[in-house]
Amino acid sequence: MRENEHSAPVVEVRDLRMRYGATDVLTGVDFTVGAGEVVCLLGPNGAGKTTTIEILEGFRQRSAGSVSVLGEDPSRATEGWRARTGVVLQSWRDHPRWTPRRLLDQMGGYYAPYGTAERPRPTPTEELLDVVGLTDLADQKISTFSGGQRRRLDVAMGIVGRPDLLFLDEPTAGFDPQARREFHHLVHRLADLEDTTILLTTHDLDEAEKLADRVLILAGGRIVADDTAERLALRAAIEVEVKWSRDGERFVHATQDATAFVHRLLDEHGAAVEDLEVRRASLEDAYLALVQRHESGQSDEAAQAFTEVI
Amino acid sequence: MASRQPAPTGSPVLHAVRLGLARGWAEFVQSLRSSQDQWFYLFTAFLAVGYLYLRRDTPVEGTDLMLPSVALPSILGGLVAFGLVIGPAYALAMEKEDGTLLRAKAVPHGLVGYFAGQLVLHSSSIVPQTVAVLVPSFLLFDGLMADPSGWFTVAWVLVLGLLATLPIGMMIGALVPGVQKVGMWGMLPVMLLAGISGIFYPITALWGWVQVVAQLFPMYWLGLGMRSAFLPESAAAIEIGGSWRTVETVAVLGAWAVASALVVPVLLRRMARRQSGSQVAAAREAATQWVK
Repeated sequence: MRENEHSAPVVEVRDLRMRYGATDVLTGVDFTVGAGEVVCLLGPNGAGKTTTIEILEGFRQRSAGSVSVLGEDPSRATEGWRARTGVVLQSWRDHPRWTPRRLLDQMGGYYAPYGTAERPRPTPTEELLDVVGLTDLADQKISTFSGGQRRRLDVAMGIVGRPDLLFLDEPTAGFDPQARREFHHLVHRLADLEDTTILLTTHDLDEAEKLADRVLILAGGRIVADDTAERLALRAAIEVEVKWSRDGERFVHATQDATAFVHRLLDEHGAAVEDLEVRRASLEDAYLALVQRHESGQSDEAAQAFTEVI
Repeated sequence: MASRQPAPTGSPVLHAVRLGLARGWAEFVQSLRSSQDQWFYLFTAFLAVGYLYLRRDTPVEGTDLMLPSVALPSILGGLVAFGLVIGPAYALAMEKEDGTLLRAKAVPHGLVGYFAGQLVLHSSSIVPQTVAVLVPSFLLFDGLMADPSGWFTVAWVLVLGLLATLPIGMMIGALVPGVQKVGMWGMLPVMLLAGISGIFYPITALWGWVQVVAQLFPMYWLGLGMRSAFLPESAAAIEIGGSWRTVETVAVLGAWAVASALVVPVLLRRMARRQSGSQVAAAREAATQWVK
């Protein structure tokens, strides 16, 4: 990485808007991604994550707002820009008659004119096959691959050009737990060893917490939270929920000082208090509430409520 | 920034064209090895040669030739036109849906390579298709090639026909909304055209306006060009105007080639611009439901 790239953000999005017909999908998205960061765009299905990432990839025209990726506007980006970005696409039946080795040789070839001394392109096919664990299948027809094997090949094709910036849209959808862990390992490796900036989307909070240096939560067409997973968790955990029952009736109370509240409660009612439960709210609770409200159609309210909690 | 940019602007494009040619050749070899494609070539050849064999003793009115002599070049022209329209149309419609095209779009100058590959693949596919028909025909029938110099005409008619028809296939592939629609917008019109282009019976047997329609499209001229290559000069008597109309053949096929060379890049660029991951995902969704 070069000096000037440490200062300038790799991705800069200001007031990004997207409208399909009469529907506003993005209503003013702002965020930046710095060089070498792993940033996760988290949000319920249908929140506009894919739309956002496709605009950044240069595959979709935005309605309004300014977007700069690696110093260029993706909607008018050059092939030189293309060479510095990688996109992990989800294939399903393309190139059935090719073998991974031949396909990676072919796809990687296009990057050769864009290699530099500090970042030679493409990544040698052997190395790539090893990284994604397809060495043993290198000469098998792709049509014989299982879903998981295909996805590993997708990743290999996304990184064959040794990108400065890698886009991953729901990369682990359909992975089994083992494949998911291997994939997480691979993302860390890319970020650490290859100095690749990574922007990925997921609807899975757990995945965002595991992978990302920073989590952006997209809801109601805008970014409702932008911080490290740890700090988001701390912020969500300020409120504590106290539940109990008395005379067969259930009670719930949210408070910031649970100890004092429980003291008062027991002083007042003593043994009449049953089934006492004190639970610190987690980021997961807040996020699940957001997803639930989003799915019942109240995406604006969901976003509002979430901002209040976090 | 400057040091990272590729040096000259022309060379990465040429580089991509070279990769595309290699890509097309690899896909052609894969196609030759695929039982699916072998079956297609053999099946069409079997139908064509079978038809000629059944009618081997039928004389052609107005000439002293037997039907196979006249029908073989016509069928050959029809088959080439059919393969060069339907092949690329299906390939493109399919590869729009399955993400092949999107992959090409995601690499620098990948689309240049992709389309160079398509040209090589579909052009080369003429070879197995014609060989599969010609070899058994020459073994079974006599008097097919009136004069060996006709092979030269076969070559240029094929090249010109290729340039005229292959872009039509690409246009159809670029315009159809999905693979299932290629039948309606590709297969059906080509079949209809085959019916009126003098492939199976002389065009002069049809009404005047149908003849006019047929002569607007390349298929008739491909058939005519092929007949002019295989048949003796005297056989021209049964054609429109009693001539092989070589100048007109070159003009019509050439006009299609030039016109589509102008239109197709625009169409393909427009189509490629619309490609995105969610489009591929939607097609995938639609396909799974279609199969159910």
